[in-house]
Amino acid sequence: MSTGTVPKPIAGASGFLDDRLGAGNFLKRNLRKVFPDHWSFLLGEIALYSFIILLLTGTFLTFFFKPSMAHVVYDGSYEPLRDVTMSEAYASSLHISFDVRGGLLMRQMHHWAALLFVAGMMVHALRVFFTGAYRKPRELNWLIGVLLLTLALAEGLTGYSLPDDLLSGAGLRITEGVAISLPLVGTWITFFLFGGEYPGEDVISRFYSLHILLIPGILLALISAHMVLMWVQKHTQMPGKGRTNENVVGAPFYPAFMAKAGAYFMFTFGVIALLGTFAQINPIWLFGPYTPADISAGSQPDFYMGFLEGALRLMPSWEINFLGFTLPMSVLIPALVPMGIIMTGLALYPFLEQWVTGDRSEHHVADRPRNNPHRTSIGISAITFYGVLWLLGANDEISSVFHVSLNWTTYIGRGLIFLGPLVAYIVTYRICLGLQRSDAAVIGHGVESGVIKRLPHGEYIEVHVPAEASIEAHMRGKTAVPMIAGTDTDKDGIPPKGMRGPLGRLRAKMSKAYGGEKIPLDDGHGHGDEHDEHAQVGPGGDDRSLTH
Amino acid sequence: MNRITAGRRHPLARYAVLLLALGLLGGFYTLAAPTSERADAAIASGRADDVAEGKKLFEQSCSSCHGLNAEGTKNGPTLVGVGAAAVDFQVSSGRMPLANPGAQAPRKPTAPWVNEDTIRQLSAYIQSLGGGPTVPTDEQVDPAKGDKSKGGELFRANCIQCHNFVGAGGALTQGKYAPPLNEATPKQIYEAMITGPQAMPVFNDSIITPDQKRDMIAYIVGVREEPNPGGAGLGRIGPVTEGIVAWIVGISLLVLAAIWITAKKRQAHQ
Repeated sequence: MSTGTVPKPIAGASGFLDDRLGAGNFLKRNLRKVFPDHWSFLLGEIALYSFIILLLTGTFLTFFFKPSMAHVVYDGSYEPLRDVTMSEAYASSLHISFDVRGGLLMRQMHHWAALLFVAGMMVHALRVFFTGAYRKPRELNWLIGVLLLTLALAEGLTGYSLPDDLLSGAGLRITEGVAISLPLVGTWITFFLFGGEYPGEDVISRFYSLHILLIPGILLALISAHMVLMWVQKHTQMPGKGRTNENVVGAPFYPAFMAKAGAYFMFTFGVIALLGTFAQINPIWLFGPYTPADISAGSQPDFYMGFLEGALRLMPSWEINFLGFTLPMSVLIPALVPMGIIMTGLALYPFLEQWVTGDRSEHHVADRPRNNPHRTSIGISAITFYGVLWLLGANDEISSVFHVSLNWTTYIGRGLIFLGPLVAYIVTYRICLGLQRSDAAVIGHGVESGVIKRLPHGEYIEVHVPAEASIEAHMRGKTAVPMIAGTDTDKDGIPPKGMRGPLGRLRAKMSKAYGGEKIPLDDGHGHGDEHDEHAQVGPGGDDRSLTH
Repeated sequence: MNRITAGRRHPLARYAVLLLALGLLGGFYTLAAPTSERADAAIASGRADDVAEGKKLFEQSCSSCHGLNAEGTKNGPTLVGVGAAAVDFQVSSGRMPLANPGAQAPRKPTAPWVNEDTIRQLSAYIQSLGGGPTVPTDEQVDPAKGDKSKGGELFRANCIQCHNFVGAGGALTQGKYAPPLNEATPKQIYEAMITGPQAMPVFNDSIITPDQKRDMIAYIVGVREEPNPGGAGLGRIGPVTEGIVAWIVGISLLVLAAIWITAKKRQAHQ
C-alpha cells in the first residue's frame, strides 16, 4: 500500500499517531491474525454480543429504575394494580413497562439477552469441553470461563430480584433460606445481606449495586482477559488438511473474520430484538407486588437456576438436630452439592485429565468428540445430571401439562438423578466407538458410490470409492488419547515409581482405561488402492465394520 | 277471676305455665320449620315443582353413584347439604355427571340433557334435601361492579398458590390439580369459592365477603381478557416456557446463523 494515494489530512493524522503509538505495526500484525472457520467457534460470541446488548439495554433501564423498598401507592397506567401499596422498585418497573416510551421493549430485550447470555456461555463451554480445547496451554482461559459462568448466575440472580415482583420475591426467599441454612454463619450472613429480619429494607439497593456495578465490572474485566488470552494463544482449529499444532488455517481477521463477526453481532441483536418484540418475558404486572405471605403456583427461577430449583424439589426432608442446633440437609445439600459438582468438576477437569493421561504437551488441534470417548461420555453424563435437575425444577408444570402425578415426577426424578448419568455414560461410550468404527470403515473401504456392479458370477455389489481428500484429512486428524507411559509392572511384578500405593495404582488404571486408541483407523482394513478389491469381497467378507 | 287469681298461687301453677310455654313453642316450631325450608328452596330455585322434576333427573343421571336419596355410596359422596350452588357448579362446568373415576373430575362439555332448566330443577331438588349454599344472583357475580385492584390483592393472598398468578392452573399432589380459571364463568368462580369443590377449600362469606368475592371475580375476568402487551403470552406460566423459547428459538436461530455464516468458505489459493 503506497501512501501516495491516501489524502493528505488522513495520511498526516495517521502518520502522527503511528509515530507516537506505533499503531500501524500493531494493526498490521493483528488485523492479519488468522481465525479458523467452524460454525461452533462462533457460539461464544452469542454470549459476548448478548453481554454488549445487556450493557446497552441495562443502562437504559437504570435511567428509570428506582432501587428502593420504600412503600408507595401505585397510580400509573396499569389499572388492575392502581391504589395497591407496593415498593418503589416495583412501581418504577411498572412505570418502565407501561409509561416509558420503549421501556417494555428494553426490559424484554434485557431479559431475553440475559437468557441468551447464559445459554450462549453454556453451549460455548460444551463446545470447548467436547473438543478438548481446554487443554494446555488454554487451562487458565478455561478457568476464566468457569468463573464467568458462575458470575453470570450471580448476575442473573441479583437482576431478576430487582423488580421486586411476587415471582422474584420467591427467588429471594429461597436465597434467604439457603443463606440462613449455612452452619454457624447462616444467621449472620442473612442479617448482613438483608440488613435485618427478612425481607428488610436494604436488599434491593444492595443487589442493585452488585447487579449494575460490581458483577458487570468483574464480568467485563474477565471477558476482556478471556478475549486477549484467546487472541494471544490463537484459536484452536478442527483437524483437517494441512492443519497442525504449529499453524492456524483460516481467514484473516480483516476483512474476512471481522465481517463474519460483525454479521454475527447483527444476527444476535436481531434475534434478541425479535424475541423482545414478539415474546413476552417476565410480565411483572401479572405477578403483582411482593409480599412475603404470598406465593404463586408454578413459581420458577430463570432457566439457568432451574437445576438448583430441581435439586431442592427432589431432596427428601432430612435434617439433623444436634445440641439444639438444626442442620437442614434438605436445603444445604441441594443448594451446595449439585452446584459444587458441576462448577468444581468443570474447573478441575483439565487438570484431572492431565493427571490421568500424563499429557503435558500443547494442543492446538481440537479433538472430534468421538475420538476421546471417555471425555465425551463424562460430558454427556454431566449434561444428563444437570438436565434431570433442570427438568425436575419444572415438575409442577410437567405434572399439570401432561396430567401425571406430581409425586411420581419426584420419585422418578430421585431415581433418574443417579441412574440417568450412568446410562448416558454407557450409551455415549458405545456411540463414540460406533462412530470411530464408521470412520475406520470410510478410511478402510471408502464411501458408497451409489454404483451397483454385477460381478461375473452374478453377485451384486456397491462400488466404494475413496473418501474426499478433505474428509479423509479430517478423519486422519485423529490422535490416540495419551496415556502414562510404562504403567505396567516390571518382570518382578513391581509397578514403576509413582504408580505405587492406592492412588498411584488408581491413576495407572484410569490412564489405561481413559487413554489409548480404542478403534485404530487402519485396523487391517487395507488402504489406498485396494478399495475395489475390498468392495468385491466386502459383502461376503467377515468385516463387521462394513455393516455399520 | 277470683278463681284464677287464687290458682295463680297454686304450687303446681309454675309447672303448668312452663308446660304451656314449651308446648306453644314446640307446636309453632313444628308448624313453621318445614314451611320455611320449603320457602328457602322455592326462593333459591324459582318454582316449588322444580323439586319433583329435579328428583326425576337425579334418579336418572346421578343416583347410581350418589344413592337413590342422595345419601351417598362408596362411589360418590352424599349430596345432602351441599346446596344448589354446588349442583350448578358441578353440572354447568361438565364435571358432573362424571365420565370415569380418577384423581379429579375434569371440566368437559356438558351432558346432552343439561340446560338451564334441568340444572335449576336438579339444584332445587338437592337444595330441598338439606339446604346449603345457594346459587348467587347475577348482581353478585357481575365483574363490572367489582374493584379489580382489591380483588387482585385478595386473589394473590388466597388463590394463586394453587391456581397460578393469572389463574393458569397448577399441579397438586397425587394427580390432583387446580384447574385453569380461563373457562370458568363468573358464576362458577363464585360457586367454587362457597362450595369448595374437589381439592379446593371453602371460602365462606365470613372469610371473604360477597363483595370481596365480586372484586376477585372482577380481577380474574379482567386479567384473563387483558391482552399481552409484550407479545405472545407463552402460556403465562412464567420462566419455564421462557427458557424453552430462549433455547429452542433463540439458540437454534443463532446456531443456524453461525452455520450459515461459516458455510461460505474462503477459496484457497493453491
